[in-house]
Amino acid sequence: MRRDLKGMEMMKEKLDLIKREALKQIEESNALERLNEIKVNYLGKKGELTAVLKSLKEVAPEDRPKVGQLVNETREEIEKLLEQAISKMEKMKRDALMKSETIDVTLPSKRAKLGHRHPNTLVMEEVERIFVGMGYEVVEGPEIETDYYNFEALNIPSDHPAKDEQDTFYISGDILLRTQTSPTQVHEMEKGNLPIRMLAPGRVFRSDEVDATHSPSFHQIEGLVIDKNITFADLKGTLAEFAKELFGEETKVKFRPHHFNFTEPSAEMDVTCFKCGGSGCRFCKGTGWIEILGCGMVHPNVLKMSHIDAEVYSGFAFGVGLERITLLKYEIDDMRLLYENDIRFLKQF
Amino acid sequence: MNTALSWIKEYVPELEVSAQEYTDAMTMSGTKVETYEQLDKNLELIFIGQITAIERHPDADKLIVCQVNLGDHSIQIVTGASNVAVGDKVPVVVDGGKVAGGHDGGPLPEKGIKIKNGKLRGVESFGMMCSVEELGWDQAMFPNAPEEGIYILPEDATVGSDAIEFLGLHDTVFEYEVTSNRVDCYSVLGIAREAAATFRKPFYAPKVAVSELNEKIEDYISVEVKDSDLCSRYCARVCKNIKIGPSPDWMQKRLRASGIRPINNLVDITNYVMEEYGQPMHAFDLDTIKGNKIIVKRADEGDVFQTLDGQDRNLDHEILMICDQEKQIGIAGIMGGENSKITDTVKTVVFESACFHGPNIRKSAKRLGLRTDASGKFEKGLDPYNAEAAINRACQLISDLGCGDVVGGMIDVKSALKEKNEIVFDAEKINKLLGTSIPEEDMLKTFEMLEIKYDQDTNLLMIPTFRQDLEGLADIAEEVARFFGYDNIPTTLPSGEATTGKLPFKVRVEEKIRDIVEFSGFSQGMCYSFESPKVFDKLLLPQGDVLRNAITITNPLGEDYSIMRTVALNGMLTSLATNYNRRNKDVRLYELGNVYLADQLPLTKLPDERMQLTLGMYGEGDFFTLKGVVEEMLESIGMKGKLVCNPESGKAFLHPGRQANMSYQNQVIGYLGEVHPEVADQYDIGTKAYVAVLDLPTVLQFASFDRKYVGVAKYPAVNRDISMVVPKSILAGQIEEVIEKRGGKLLEAFSLFDLYEGSQIEKGFKSIAYTISFRAQDRTLEENDVNAAMKKILNGLEEMGIELRK
Repeated sequence: MRRDLKGMEMMKEKLDLIKREALKQIEESNALERLNEIKVNYLGKKGELTAVLKSLKEVAPEDRPKVGQLVNETREEIEKLLEQAISKMEKMKRDALMKSETIDVTLPSKRAKLGHRHPNTLVMEEVERIFVGMGYEVVEGPEIETDYYNFEALNIPSDHPAKDEQDTFYISGDILLRTQTSPTQVHEMEKGNLPIRMLAPGRVFRSDEVDATHSPSFHQIEGLVIDKNITFADLKGTLAEFAKELFGEETKVKFRPHHFNFTEPSAEMDVTCFKCGGSGCRFCKGTGWIEILGCGMVHPNVLKMSHIDAEVYSGFAFGVGLERITLLKYEIDDMRLLYENDIRFLKQF
Repeated sequence: MNTALSWIKEYVPELEVSAQEYTDAMTMSGTKVETYEQLDKNLELIFIGQITAIERHPDADKLIVCQVNLGDHSIQIVTGASNVAVGDKVPVVVDGGKVAGGHDGGPLPEKGIKIKNGKLRGVESFGMMCSVEELGWDQAMFPNAPEEGIYILPEDATVGSDAIEFLGLHDTVFEYEVTSNRVDCYSVLGIAREAAATFRKPFYAPKVAVSELNEKIEDYISVEVKDSDLCSRYCARVCKNIKIGPSPDWMQKRLRASGIRPINNLVDITNYVMEEYGQPMHAFDLDTIKGNKIIVKRADEGDVFQTLDGQDRNLDHEILMICDQEKQIGIAGIMGGENSKITDTVKTVVFESACFHGPNIRKSAKRLGLRTDASGKFEKGLDPYNAEAAINRACQLISDLGCGDVVGGMIDVKSALKEKNEIVFDAEKINKLLGTSIPEEDMLKTFEMLEIKYDQDTNLLMIPTFRQDLEGLADIAEEVARFFGYDNIPTTLPSGEATTGKLPFKVRVEEKIRDIVEFSGFSQGMCYSFESPKVFDKLLLPQGDVLRNAITITNPLGEDYSIMRTVALNGMLTSLATNYNRRNKDVRLYELGNVYLADQLPLTKLPDERMQLTLGMYGEGDFFTLKGVVEEMLESIGMKGKLVCNPESGKAFLHPGRQANMSYQNQVIGYLGEVHPEVADQYDIGTKAYVAVLDLPTVLQFASFDRKYVGVAKYPAVNRDISMVVPKSILAGQIEEVIEKRGGKLLEAFSLFDLYEGSQIEKGFKSIAYTISFRAQDRTLEENDVNAAMKKILNGLEEMGIELRK
């Protein structure tokens, strides 16, 4: 009995010693490798705790469970301490690594070199977006046209000065380069699918010499609405809405009487200058207003020629000069820049 | 059209508005005022003075000292002018006043020139006597002013009164933009009528009554119009005992303000009536007209005629001439002849007031290169009724101003003139078109102001002949709207059936293409559709190449813009060159634009317009970069199949060993390649450049935005590498075709991972290696499955004579 008791006491002391020694070693260790070594030395198959278990035979059989429990407790304690130490060590190691990985965040970036859309296209897409939202269908028409669609069907009789060679490029017979996007109106009306709400952007040609404000080739955006009970008031409302969308909620519009052969009554629309808001600046030549488009109620002759009953249907049409808006919107002072394709210009949009 | 406000007020005397109010209101009622100029803008404190004494300057030979009476006091003025004498009345600007310009007549300073008291060579001077240049004009506009020196005013000037008032310069000149339909507004009367209606003031037309001699015009002249298709009316009147002299002051003032130089009474009267009525008139010297007969007929081809400016003009058969019995004496509606022009010794004048065919005049003037004030008016198509009114007005002025005596009667040769237009009045329809509810009475008031008469019994509106633009109810609606005010029309949105906004498939595909090529670094350019025929040589296109069949513009801006492009490359290469020569690095551009292909030339029907996507680049990247961009772009528009490149593309403008036609599902959709070095030289691009062109109509046949989900693989793939040595003549594409065709259902993908030519490999051969991966959707592959598939591939390669590297 005494001997047994003594064996038990000795075991306790021995375990205590092991624990203290392990603790000390853990505290003193300064590398992960050392901690792993400690783990093997104490907890491994040939480690000290295993050795203690192996010497259980020296303990009285009735004490063995108790001693076994003690051994396990000691093991758990050492394991816990080791784990803590390891994770602390790992953290230190990672911190050190990251510290060494510090970069100069102010160095230049590596960019995907994106291309840029042409400013004309940006404006064109914006206008399309606005009108598609109002229920308009975008359509296209041919750039090489017949006299009939470009002039006659638009109520421009054969002797009209607009047909003069000065303005129109002719090809042969009655074939010419369209001088306006308005022929698309006629094509659309001839299809006979009413009501019509269409928007037709496209390239047009006029024989103007190239300079800062003229180009023999430019773009227009044509709009046409045909339905029952379409009024001049609807024209005003629609285009006022368009101007607000394109130039901002504050934009005001002004309609001035004008003349186009294919509309009656006709108007030109001015918007409050989007640079100065209407107080007058160099963009609006001090007037506070900028002329943006021509418009009007579709002329009854035009409806008739396209086989639409002018007694039942009415409509309005408008035409916007795309380049004019592009130049104004982006403050581009020379139209030639739009066709030069200098990458330093294009990259700004 | 420039007109002084004072002239407008002659017919609308109750008009009292500021220049800005006038500008705004007229613009909003449809007569757009472009700009206006206040003639007295920089003329202040200028009075009429009379020189009472002149002494020599004690210290300067070229200066004199004048005492000038200003009515209630006298001042001393030192001047260098040599044309003044005691008793002369002169414009005098006093201390604190302003003049418009310097005595040299140079450009006028924006804010004028301030005048202050000062000393000239020690003698005090309290003002300045003015020349016309200092008043802001020149001698041409004031024919009674001296070429140089102080403007000596006429005897009747009142000493001490406002000189600017006396000279008629307290006035504002407005410049109008008149629309082409409003021929009537190219006249002071037309504008005045609009002003009266705009401000709702009464309009008083001039009262014309001609006092005639008791003689018959038929005894003086006869008129025959042979080509009445070009002359719907020819009125002639004769004035005799002509006394040439200056026109009265009031007439000179008005002409001057309109930018017209006063010449003499006869010329001034015709110019005055042209401004007032918008009707050009011509005056012939009756003594130069042979046979006392005027004949209006077409010229003969090849005739040469000297116009009154001394120039010889080559005529053709479409030019209408005024002739006498022997010769041509004027080009109708454009310019009179040297042989019949009025001189200071003229005794008897024949006035012509006619209505010529507008389009003919326009075309003739253009062919002759001779556009005159008269032709500019005739070409708009004048009101034949106005011709009579204007000639009578001119004769009235001749007699009233003591310029001559009017012979009784008028010769009037006319074809059937257009009837007055009548339009059925329908207030409800007008309101329905405008979206307004304007009362009928208000509309009728507007018509009254516009001299449109309304007949209640027939409900017809009688349109005055000067309003040729009013043809139907829509035109009447515009008149109503203009004077109701466009501003006062409500703003609404269209009611009615809702429509769906949409973009056509083509436009959607183009948007997607723009997105992808921009992500790939390409920026969008825009090029002209027309170019020079020299382009084909620059592109090395062989003679007879179908692309040389370009559509030609008959009236181009010049050879450089004379043909419609058949190939989109020229614009791209030109743009690349522009960038290259401006030292821009790594340039990538794209363009979406049409080429125009003709079935046959000359065109008998509309050509095929084909949208092309053109990509061009130099700098970073090569052939395969560009090929990759095309593949990426095609995939994004739903073309996931293989893009096949065939080197047998035969493009003369591309490097013969670095070009390919691109095919999709056995159809050629475009080509790509390195620009031929010789072409690059032609365009002055000093580096390798690459281009790709895709024909969008063909691409669109395959494009789609439909996407279907395919299950993500659950089972692992098995990879096999093969490496082979093949003759250089065998293309990677041929090997890939075998892998693709023979790989079977299990083939998932393959990729080239090694390509080597060089010292380790026999000459004329290359080493090429692929990783091929297999996968089944429903199971993990077994060795046998893969072996079987591989065997088929290898057999296929062996059939091509390819051996695997062991």
